[in-house]
Amino acid sequence: MVSEVAEAGTGLVLAPASGARQFWRRLRAQRAALVAAGAVALLVLVALAAPLLTALEGQSPTTYHPGLVDSARGGVPVGALGGIGADHWLGVEPQTGRDLFARLVYGARVSLGVALAATLVQVGLGVLIGIAAGLGNRWVDQALSRFTDVVVALPLMVMSLALLAVVPAGFPRPVLVASVIGLIGWGSIARIVRASTLALKQLDHVAAARLSGWGSWRIARRELLPALGAPVITYAALLVPVNISAEAALSFLGAGVKPPTPSWGQMLTSANVWYQAAPQYLLLPAGLLFVTVLALTVLGDGVRRALDPRAASRLGVGTGRRKEARA
Amino acid sequence: MSVPHGFLGFALRRALGALVTLLAISVLVYLVFYAAPGDVAQITCGPRCSPAQVQQVAQQLRLDDPLYVRYLHFLQGLFAGHDYSTGTSAEHCPAPCLGLSYQSDQQVTRLILAKLPVTASLALGAMALWLLLGVSAGVLAVWRRGRLEERVLTGITLAGWATPVFVIGLLLMVLVCGQLRWLPFPQYVPFTDDPEQWAWNLLLPWLSLALIEAAKYARLTRAAMLETLAEDHVRTFRAYGVGERAIVRRHALRGAVGPLIALNANDLGSLFGGAVLTESLFGLPGIGRELVHAVNVVDLPVVVGMVLLTGFFVVLASAVADVLYAVADRRTVLS
Repeated sequence: MVSEVAEAGTGLVLAPASGARQFWRRLRAQRAALVAAGAVALLVLVALAAPLLTALEGQSPTTYHPGLVDSARGGVPVGALGGIGADHWLGVEPQTGRDLFARLVYGARVSLGVALAATLVQVGLGVLIGIAAGLGNRWVDQALSRFTDVVVALPLMVMSLALLAVVPAGFPRPVLVASVIGLIGWGSIARIVRASTLALKQLDHVAAARLSGWGSWRIARRELLPALGAPVITYAALLVPVNISAEAALSFLGAGVKPPTPSWGQMLTSANVWYQAAPQYLLLPAGLLFVTVLALTVLGDGVRRALDPRAASRLGVGTGRRKEARA
Repeated sequence: MSVPHGFLGFALRRALGALVTLLAISVLVYLVFYAAPGDVAQITCGPRCSPAQVQQVAQQLRLDDPLYVRYLHFLQGLFAGHDYSTGTSAEHCPAPCLGLSYQSDQQVTRLILAKLPVTASLALGAMALWLLLGVSAGVLAVWRRGRLEERVLTGITLAGWATPVFVIGLLLMVLVCGQLRWLPFPQYVPFTDDPEQWAWNLLLPWLSLALIEAAKYARLTRAAMLETLAEDHVRTFRAYGVGERAIVRRHALRGAVGPLIALNANDLGSLFGGAVLTESLFGLPGIGRELVHAVNVVDLPVVVGMVLLTGFFVVLASAVADVLYAVADRRTVLS
């Protein structure tokens, strides 16, 4: 389900390198994207400052507090509102008594870190395979394109669930989850890069480079990569929220990041049992996931509009979207 | 609807391509899972097995044969079936034979077929809902473009687009079944037992899935309709004085049908392979939940069978979508 989310709405973008300044101007012209960028920046900051924030609270995400849960009632947090207090700002986790605030901020690290790493793997593989297919001869192109078709046909959830099961334990889990999502999800980037490469090959400066006997590697690096920036960034920006959802889903199913490492999706696995005694144990990870994915999606959409010359002209730089709406 | 010229050849080529892709998927999936590290014989036999017993299991599972021999054997089962001798009695596993489960010795094909009605119930019901919600939201957004309604709809659509299905399902379940007690916690009842209970128990899973998916359909409907409305022939209609309502309904919506069919076929295809998250969350005993179980006990034949099945549905759906698209939109180049 998750894999197709990003597929709609991304046409082939072949903007002439329009410069970073224009990009920023177009991005700033979109209010929603700005708000989203602020939210993302805040989340990244929280993730980076996780040790600092928990030190400020004086708690660690992995310390058990058996005294703070009522074992006679099945592990319900002691005290009002799920154990919220001066020591535990957001209460404690049912059963274990681990500090919820600390687990949430460390969960942000896992969520963003895994999604970013997975996106990098996807972009790396996708660009490499896409360029190779676009520049290679007929047979190379056929082989790589059919291989891409096969990978795209593999459903992300089913495949990563299955893959994560056969890899032996002991491998660092977040790294593993990121690589599995990355290894399965590069297909659509490869398709876009191949299509862009085929289009670029027709352009004079690339044709000239080929005629003057440049090697494929040099052409790719000097002539193609700069022009591929726009479509790749556009697509990658929309992949990040998809990957966040994927990690959360896998951890929710118990196949992703495993305790004691905290993850938002993993917290939700047992949250429905505790929603009455500690509603924040359900609502906070769910809300954070929602806000993170939403903010990244809006930002990704904003990046697409800022890089896509057609969308940008409709946007009417400086006037925001209201002009478009009134027309 | 008459068949476009060259249509049969196009459909045939598409089917052949799908078959090749499927074979490639089977090679890839088989190799990935059976070449993966981890002692299958030991896991299957259990932790208390003696080395001799493990050896015996390995022999039974043909784990000593080279990988390609095992794959060819697997392929043979897929096309011609197998006969297994399980101790005393012989068992025939007919044509699409995916092997026997390590855990229960059941035929994987039968195991999957037994779970298919649950997944199909979930997928088809959700599809009806998401088409209804998504397309009407898209049409409304176009009809009311530039007004408040469009902005509200766009916002909701974006939120639906961004929410993971298990988050919305979890919240819905806690709210509707836990707090408000409008519905009992879902428990699957087969349609053939009691159609009414079947529907009531599937209502929440349908709704969760549909709310998420509808966002995609609303976006697609809106985009496709706006594109059609910008075309020259629509301008001509307007010039002739055709009313806006007729233009939106009769012409713009028609332009969205092709892309909608394509997206719907693909979504349905991947759902049939198991709505892993929705089924796990609501405890529906479908293909997706069976996969989670098989993964947990490292039951490789079941895992490989299910991944292949999902691949099969996705490839089938995308081929069907292409063909339907060609029928719905004559402008498609049949190549």
